[in-house]
Amino acid sequence: MLRKSAPSDLAFNAIVYVFLAFVFVVTFYPFWNILVVSFNDATDSVRGGLYLWPRVFTAESYRSIFRNEELLGSVQVTVLRTVIGTPLSVLAVSMMAYALSKRELIAWRWFSLFFIFTMYFGGGLIPTYMVIKSLGLIDSFWVFIFPGLIGVFLMILIRTYMEQLPAELEESAKMDGANDLQLFARVVLPLCVPVLATVALFVGIGHWNSWYDSYIYTYKPGLKTLQAVLVKILNQYQTGAMVSEAEQLANSSKRIPVSGESIRMAVTMVATLPIVLVYPFIQRFFVKGIMMGAIKS
Amino acid sequence: MERAFATSTGRTRTVRMTLASKIYKQRYLLLMLLPAFIWAVFFCYLPMAGLYMAFVNYKPALGGFWTNLFHSPFVGLDWFRYFFHNGDFLKIMRNTVASTMLTLVISFPVPIAIAIAISEVKGTLFKKTVQTASYLPHFISWVIAANIIVTMLSSGGIVNDVLKFLRLTDESILFLQEGRYFWWIVALGNTWKEMGYNAIIFLAAISSINLDLYEAARVDGAGRFKQIRYITLPHLKPTIVILLILALGGVLNAGFDQHFLLGNGLNQDYSDVLSTYSFRYGLQNSMFSYASAVGLFNSAVAFLLVVMVNFASKKLNNQSLF
Repeated sequence: MLRKSAPSDLAFNAIVYVFLAFVFVVTFYPFWNILVVSFNDATDSVRGGLYLWPRVFTAESYRSIFRNEELLGSVQVTVLRTVIGTPLSVLAVSMMAYALSKRELIAWRWFSLFFIFTMYFGGGLIPTYMVIKSLGLIDSFWVFIFPGLIGVFLMILIRTYMEQLPAELEESAKMDGANDLQLFARVVLPLCVPVLATVALFVGIGHWNSWYDSYIYTYKPGLKTLQAVLVKILNQYQTGAMVSEAEQLANSSKRIPVSGESIRMAVTMVATLPIVLVYPFIQRFFVKGIMMGAIKS
Repeated sequence: MERAFATSTGRTRTVRMTLASKIYKQRYLLLMLLPAFIWAVFFCYLPMAGLYMAFVNYKPALGGFWTNLFHSPFVGLDWFRYFFHNGDFLKIMRNTVASTMLTLVISFPVPIAIAIAISEVKGTLFKKTVQTASYLPHFISWVIAANIIVTMLSSGGIVNDVLKFLRLTDESILFLQEGRYFWWIVALGNTWKEMGYNAIIFLAAISSINLDLYEAARVDGAGRFKQIRYITLPHLKPTIVILLILALGGVLNAGFDQHFLLGNGLNQDYSDVLSTYSFRYGLQNSMFSYASAVGLFNSAVAFLLVVMVNFASKKLNNQSLF
């Protein structure tokens, strides 16, 4: 069995392993590096040269996040929109998918076209802003929920899944006198749990990551999401609005510290953490789902 | 049913009755469709109607948006003319196309290479670790990605440290302050963010290749380079062609996030793309109608491109993307 590998195969293996190791380092190391800097003393970080391990270990940056009302409030808003928005979206999208999975639906073609068109054409930034303003959604929590309630692509994902369910199950429930609502809630939804979990992950991550709606549709500090606050911090850093380290440390309890590599990294880490936490589920549902979809198409 | 319309009025009524009874029979289905329908009307079709802004001189006044809109003076295509004839148009188009094309050239082959490499590795642990790390960047927001990129590229960041270590530069390069690096930063950033995730679809395609083919090639004395050249790549070709065509359809869709978040006053000559330009003129300079016209130009051309791309893929594969 132990066949001697050809020299070209050895070279091949070397190339493959080195390349993949490079991919690993390039994708993983940046996260490790921000973790290291976030746990390093803010004043010491300015010296640079932090690569693999904190030089002066401290959790002070994280503590200052929890002392900062703006940051703490933004975490709350982000959690709230994710927790409220995700189930509402999943429910609305799956109801829509169920209705459109019935080809006998009145004007099925027109409804499909009506929705699919929105995937390829839209009003764009300014008209959308104006409409949202005219609906009174500016500075309202619901601006995080309603404009993004439906994802037509997600609907197609769920609909495809529903269409592959054995028709007999619904038929027999129909015989027992169940109406469409009961069929949907009692027969179809329980069977769709895998695809619904995938879609919920999709939507939930989208809510957690979204910054744009909070950035342009809300002005109240109480409605700024974590990502929107992080944009602000990034902008301040980019425009070089640096204050001296001392001043920044003195202010860190009251407002967002302007410079402070460590604190910017700590906020970045806090924003990344939930994604890492749902990662096992991503592996289980999401990636498999994509694989399946790809194989089928 | 068709004949019913043509004959007596009595029968027409039965047709109407059947429609009404059909609606009644499907009332729960229609009810379930209602939230999505309302959503589409309010957040997709009303903004599309609002695109009328691009053809008037919209001035915010006391009334609501729609009242103001229909009382604003009609200016025809003036805003489009203004866009095409002022000096910004060429620059914005150059930036948009340069950024998306450079992204395409760099970010397209990398996932293919990753997928092939992963499929050639035997050990599961190594494979899993690499894969798991490689799609993490896809799931984080561009805000986090931009924070990471800005940090890595700063004067004391790791990229400059490595360049100095390799003696490629003596002074720190200010990557984000000099415009000429910008397209490369976006292209490499896009590649970094999506390469692991985009490899999934190629991995799926590779996993569907019949293993006997490799066995036969081995018997014939083909090394592993040759197996990739003559078996794996030809089998990936349909997937590659479809994805390439799709990517060409998005040539005007330079992502707003990366250009907005990584762009700054110093690199604006290179970082300003259609979407950020429209954003700046609309929400920061309050030139609402002009910004709408730029946005409409962007979506209309992008839509045409998608239609063309769909047509091309139909021709090639006899299957529609829609």
